[in-house]
Amino acid sequence: MCLAIPSKIIKIDQNVATIDVDGVKREASLLLLENPKVGDYVIVHAGFAIDKIDEKSAMESLKALREIVSLSSNNKS
Amino acid sequence: MAIKHLEEYRDPQISRKLVEHLKVVSQNPIRLMEVCGTHTTSIFRSGIRGLLPPTIALLSGPGCPVCVTAQNEIDTFITLSRIDDVIVTTFGDLMRVPGTNSSLQQERAYGSDIRVVYSTFDALEIAKKNPLKKIIFLGVGFETTAPTIAASIRTAVEMKLDNYFVFCAHKLLPPALAFLMEAKTTNIDGFILPGHVSVIIGLKAYLPFFEQYQVPCVVAGFEPVDILQAIFMLAEQIENNNPDIANGYQRAVTYDGNIKAQKVMDDVFEAIDASWRGIGKISKSGLKIRKEFASFDAEEMFDVRISETEDPKGCACGEILTGQKIPTDCLLYKMACTPETPVGPCMVSSEGTCATYYRYHAT
Ligand code: SF4
Repeated sequence: MCLAIPSKIIKIDQNVATIDVDGVKREASLLLLENPKVGDYVIVHAGFAIDKIDEKSAMESLKALREIVSLSSNNKS
Repeated sequence: MAIKHLEEYRDPQISRKLVEHLKVVSQNPIRLMEVCGTHTTSIFRSGIRGLLPPTIALLSGPGCPVCVTAQNEIDTFITLSRIDDVIVTTFGDLMRVPGTNSSLQQERAYGSDIRVVYSTFDALEIAKKNPLKKIIFLGVGFETTAPTIAASIRTAVEMKLDNYFVFCAHKLLPPALAFLMEAKTTNIDGFILPGHVSVIIGLKAYLPFFEQYQVPCVVAGFEPVDILQAIFMLAEQIENNNPDIANGYQRAVTYDGNIKAQKVMDDVFEAIDASWRGIGKISKSGLKIRKEFASFDAEEMFDVRISETEDPKGCACGEILTGQKIPTDCLLYKMACTPETPVGPCMVSSEGTCATYYRYHAT
């Protein structure tokens, strides 16, 4: 039931956003989201945007992860 | 126009590195449970099981909403759909789940008006367009779905709709985790916590559970790197004997969760004891519509509660949902029970463990 792919808000009309899910346009209710803005990436569940995805934090987590996996693999294969 | 980081969370090179590390870290056999059905599906689809060292066993948990819906609730849904002037609306997954004698799909073939909707807003729209009919939405799911249902009830109030009703069979996840620990039948060494339930309830919602049981917990996203990272973090915690509750899905999950959604949910629902399919009653693990909104509560407005029923004979869904068995342990699996002729709900839902095994498991 979950769309795990983040979708981009491309238009907001009152409490309804038009979102772009991998090129397909859909509508999502914004009733459960604080301060939605055009350009935000959101997770949509059952027709509702339930969360914004924080791209900065995504990149930071990846960087940290990269460090963990490369640090202890000095004995490269 | 996909978001930038997504490619990287699917990067096979990072996955490979994580698996290498996992092989070094994981020395002793451990049993990890992925609680959420969407995780189960991602794990199978990405082939993660085949990459893991033999020390790591993954168990699928009770996080598929349709699978844990009690049979008597399915029977109740069917009874509701037979009432004159009623239009039942539901998410598609429920249609084929067998009740004691029928399913919603069969009822629709017999002439009941049952409509699959994409969101509760579609159900509200149907209510608006059909003022002489009574529209009942069947609410199943966890903390991710519950706020969307709560929001629909609040919207129905604003729209002054008097023909929209919700049958609330929602379940809450943290009480189920505590139940699994109490049952002690599964010996779970660590939990991969659901991503989108956690988006709503936040990391803080698991703290009382973690403090009581001191079992390693990591919230995970749904991409292969997310899942491998969570497994790696859990293995580390277990090997170092350092149980912790960690957030491996920081781009989406915060400590506090989605407060706006929590408020709406709290406004409309209160926690009650609930029956889980194959598991039985778990204290304060379900949601009921509050008295203030009783006129939207299908359970109050239509007198149809059906008493206890037995789960289908031979179906091991209950043991599968609690990690005591895997689908191949069930004698009916692939024999009497297939996605075309499901005996239990775990074979119906796309997130059900039996259906996932059937689709991806070679043997
Ligand atoms: S294979 Fe079918 S009968 Fe067996 S546990 Fe799964 S759903 Fe139930």
